Amino acid sequence: MIEIVLISTLNGVLYGMLLFLMASGLTIIFSMMGVLNFAHASFYMLGAFFGFEISRRIGFWPGLVLAPLLVGLIGVAVERYGLRRVHRHGHVAELLFTFGLTFVIQEAVEMVWGKLPVDYRVPPSLDFPAFTVFATNYPAFKLFELLTALAIFAALLVVVTRTRIGLVVQAALTHPAMVAMLGHNVDRIFMLVFGVGAALAAVAGVIAGPALVTQSNMAALLGPILFVVVVIGGLGSLPGAFFASLLIGLVQTFAVASNASLADLLGPLASGAGSSFLRDIWNVTVAQVAPIIPYLLLVLILIFRPRGLMGQRES
Amino acid sequence: MLNVRDLHAYYGKSHILQGVNFHVGANEIVSILGRNGVGRSTTLKAIMGDPAPRGEIVFKGRPVAGLKPHEIARLGIGYVPEERAIFPALTVEQNLLLGLKPGQKASRWSVEETWRLFPQLRERANAPGGALSGGEQQMLTICRTLMGAPDLIMIDEPTEGLSPQMVERIGDLLQEIARRGISIVLVEQRLVIALRISHRVYVMGHGHIVFEGTPADLMANAEVRREWLEV
Repeated sequence: MIEIVLISTLNGVLYGMLLFLMASGLTIIFSMMGVLNFAHASFYMLGAFFGFEISRRIGFWPGLVLAPLLVGLIGVAVERYGLRRVHRHGHVAELLFTFGLTFVIQEAVEMVWGKLPVDYRVPPSLDFPAFTVFATNYPAFKLFELLTALAIFAALLVVVTRTRIGLVVQAALTHPAMVAMLGHNVDRIFMLVFGVGAALAAVAGVIAGPALVTQSNMAALLGPILFVVVVIGGLGSLPGAFFASLLIGLVQTFAVASNASLADLLGPLASGAGSSFLRDIWNVTVAQVAPIIPYLLLVLILIFRPRGLMGQRES
Repeated sequence: MLNVRDLHAYYGKSHILQGVNFHVGANEIVSILGRNGVGRSTTLKAIMGDPAPRGEIVFKGRPVAGLKPHEIARLGIGYVPEERAIFPALTVEQNLLLGLKPGQKASRWSVEETWRLFPQLRERANAPGGALSGGEQQMLTICRTLMGAPDLIMIDEPTEGLSPQMVERIGDLLQEIARRGISIVLVEQRLVIALRISHRVYVMGHGHIVFEGTPADLMANAEVRREWLEV
């Protein structure tokens, strides 16, 4: 029992931190420009495929640096030459633009790498058990993922709270027009933020790719969860995105590891319940409903606290 | 200093400004008066470039219509919006520091000066901007814009919702700003303050200027006041 709790906690925190690498960019981009960037998870997928391609040619470590850089540049180009022009035509046009971009990127990835999973492997230097709890070996690569995500989180925190550009970004989260009227070039700062956001998503792709499956549907699988995280945390709130990422990460990991069902919870009461239809419901395990839980949380949050846990914006 | 000729602006399809003409000289305090909804705030916003202005706006001999808001700000026009736009999560001091423009080292107006004039802001230097009272927020937003060393500052409804005592202090602050050689465009509801501190006043009605003169001229012209100002 303790073993399951310990391993699930580690895995949940890891999953949560990976979500945060993506949700942080998504929520800042939304706050500054009101753009819900559907293509954000696509940058994560590009990161994984670029990481795979670079790692099989010159190694995993160069890939860890180069893939996010490349994806960051793509992000900058998308903002500068695409989004900024579309922005003039309003939010609906922007939504459709980023929505279309997800398909462009997915088709491009399938053209180059095909639809089947690619063989993106854990680098040999990290392919060993880091430690053993009870009978379970915890892989060194997972520990590396966790540490990388934590390091980036710390760096992001320092940049946002301690540097001048971070202050400008924070100010632009609530009043972008005012920031411009104080003489700051909000367009350029937003382009940078968009690029850094894409690069952070790519880092998540590079380090999650070998542990999960690197495949052309990975963006479509992850995208919805990302929106759940950002809405639960509160659109535009970095601390909110952080807690919601960890919450979703832990909830999903624990749910998958749990065999509990309503029948267990209600004990003898359940056995007395009549029809076989009800008995089916009693016996559904938490693990079986795990995929629904984030969306259920999303719906509940939207009903009872539409601003999200820590959102500041009303709209 | 600032010359506005035949200024037009639109929100969607509504034609808000329909040919506004006015000018502001060096060291001058100019007020734009009028009822709600006649386009006074939009005039200031259009000069800052949002909504996009049509017509001629010349500042210090340079046409600025068509420039982006941050470019206009960097040329030396400061803007204080009616809603004050304090960054709520940042501290009072951080709010002030954001008034410094990129690459700008010092300012005619410093953080220390703000503290000297408004000791109650200094006491709350590390409090989040969102925790200030309305009057404190108004002082902070004006001082924040002054940090950027503007040659002209446009202030929208600074006394709205403030106590009479606070209104007096805002009036004193505006005169102090003018003494330092910064021109002021003031959009105001309260005639008393505007008439006391302005050199010249304009009255706006339905998207254009309907009266121009000194405060004494306006006091003498009961017809204009009745038709365009009194509710």
